Amino acid sequence: MGWFLRTFNYSIGKKLLMAITGLFLILFLCIHLFGNTFLYFGRDAFNNYVHILNETDLVYIIRVIEIILVIGFALHIWDGLRLWLQNRKARPNKYYIKAVDPQSTWTSRNMIYSALIIFVFLVIHLRNFWYEFKYGSIKETGATDYDIVVKTFQEPIYMIFYLISMVFLFLHLHHGFQSAFQTLGLNHKKYTPFIVWLGRTIAFILAAGFASFPIYFFFFYGGN
Amino acid sequence: MSSKKLNLTLKVWRQAGPDAKGEFKTYYAKNISTDASFLEMLDIVNEELEAKGEEPIVYEHDCREGICGTCGMVINGRPHGPLQGITTCQLHMRHFKDGDVIYIEPFRAKAFPVIKDLVVDRSAFDKIIQAGGFISVNTGSAPEANSIPVKRENAELAMDAAACIGCGACVAACPNASAMLFVSAKVSQFALLPQGLPEREIRVQKMVAKMDELGFGNCSNIGACEAECPKEIKITNIARLNREFYRARFLSNVED
Ligand code: HEM
Ligand code: SF4
Ligand code: FES
Repeated sequence: MGWFLRTFNYSIGKKLLMAITGLFLILFLCIHLFGNTFLYFGRDAFNNYVHILNETDLVYIIRVIEIILVIGFALHIWDGLRLWLQNRKARPNKYYIKAVDPQSTWTSRNMIYSALIIFVFLVIHLRNFWYEFKYGSIKETGATDYDIVVKTFQEPIYMIFYLISMVFLFLHLHHGFQSAFQTLGLNHKKYTPFIVWLGRTIAFILAAGFASFPIYFFFFYGGN
Repeated sequence: MSSKKLNLTLKVWRQAGPDAKGEFKTYYAKNISTDASFLEMLDIVNEELEAKGEEPIVYEHDCREGICGTCGMVINGRPHGPLQGITTCQLHMRHFKDGDVIYIEPFRAKAFPVIKDLVVDRSAFDKIIQAGGFISVNTGSAPEANSIPVKRENAELAMDAAACIGCGACVAACPNASAMLFVSAKVSQFALLPQGLPEREIRVQKMVAKMDELGFGNCSNIGACEAECPKEIKITNIARLNREFYRARFLSNVED
């Protein structure tokens, strides 16, 4: 076991942890987006979906997945912060002239900033939904999970905040997806162009997909 | 093409010693031929400084033909200047315009402390090489070159990696001051050849551990290194370094 844990003290090991947790989080987001599409099928469909996840025997599997998810996020965030701090320390004196080479992407150079916005989003998002679904006092008034979602997205401040956050999710994954493959050592001239394309496509589908809910409920939802 | 004359303003980083506080000083380079190289331009400025009894700008150079890797400096924010695929000594003044202001500062990284002005201490690279960047062979007369067959693709990839001159521009260019491109080139050139196989597993672990220990940053797969490398070492080498590292850690019994 010692050899295994020690691997993650090497710089490449730290990046390996980043890549595995990052790809796992992307997988989660794909499933999460799929589940959320029940919102488009109305109150009963969505409430029923939430009910099946939380109140049937599926709940045991869901709890396990939730724990893995929390660990995945925690490791990714912890490792990301540790890498960022070390990377800053590696250049104590900054350049006076900041020029950018003609090749590298803006998203790759600013991962920590997209990350911090996603982190703030995560906290607010959990407060908005996870907490409200479970412990929210609004439930006593008879509001269902679906109503909580609708109400949140009809507030301009949340609508705008969600949209902005999704832009940064796109930016994070624009670099993150293909970066994870490079970290895993998977760079090959036959496949890498496809991986880069796939990553940007997935980043766009995820960001646009999640953004579609606040847009729909704010601008197009007539209520029922 | 006839040469023209340029008048330039130089803002040069002057720093008396490793612990001294540095600052930019302004110098004027007058009547510089577009045929001059960047280092010749600095030599002209230095001659004037010496004539005036001032201390010349200290910078490093040796071969002046792009093969030794000593002439590192950051010109207008770019290691080895604005062009791609060349060292500072291969940069010519025809790429600048009359009246340009040129900022010149040293490579900046914790692992490359400034010795004086534009000269940095790159012995950290030597320490990484000492940690594992070698093969064990019998001394004596050179063995027959083709006695061990090497497939052509590997021979070419190894040659490409071996083109690294250890100049440190990758570290200078990387926002994280990571040495991964350098280390990946050195690990790759051996991993691809049969001669490198006996120490394959230990080499990669030792070199990565030494790189970490010396205070270089981690790789974020940004690719600024590849863009600024005068020898155009590709980051596919970094992917190979990662594979070599996982192979050694997870599939072999060799522990660093
Ligand atoms: C749903 C959320 C997230 C997903 C799907 C995600 C995904 C990824 C992926 C795939 C990578 C590339 C890994 C690699 O280069 O090998 C990455 C890098 C990174 N992530 Fe995230 N991430 C998320 C949230 C966060 C959060 C909340 C933080 C921290 C506050 C964070 C911090 C970072 C940092 C700093 C990097 C760059 C690491 C480096 O290359 O040096 N991420 N992320
Ligand atoms: S990889 Fe390129 S930039 Fe880095 S030390 Fe070698 S030649 Fe210089
Ligand atoms: S002086 Fe040798 S590479 Fe420039």
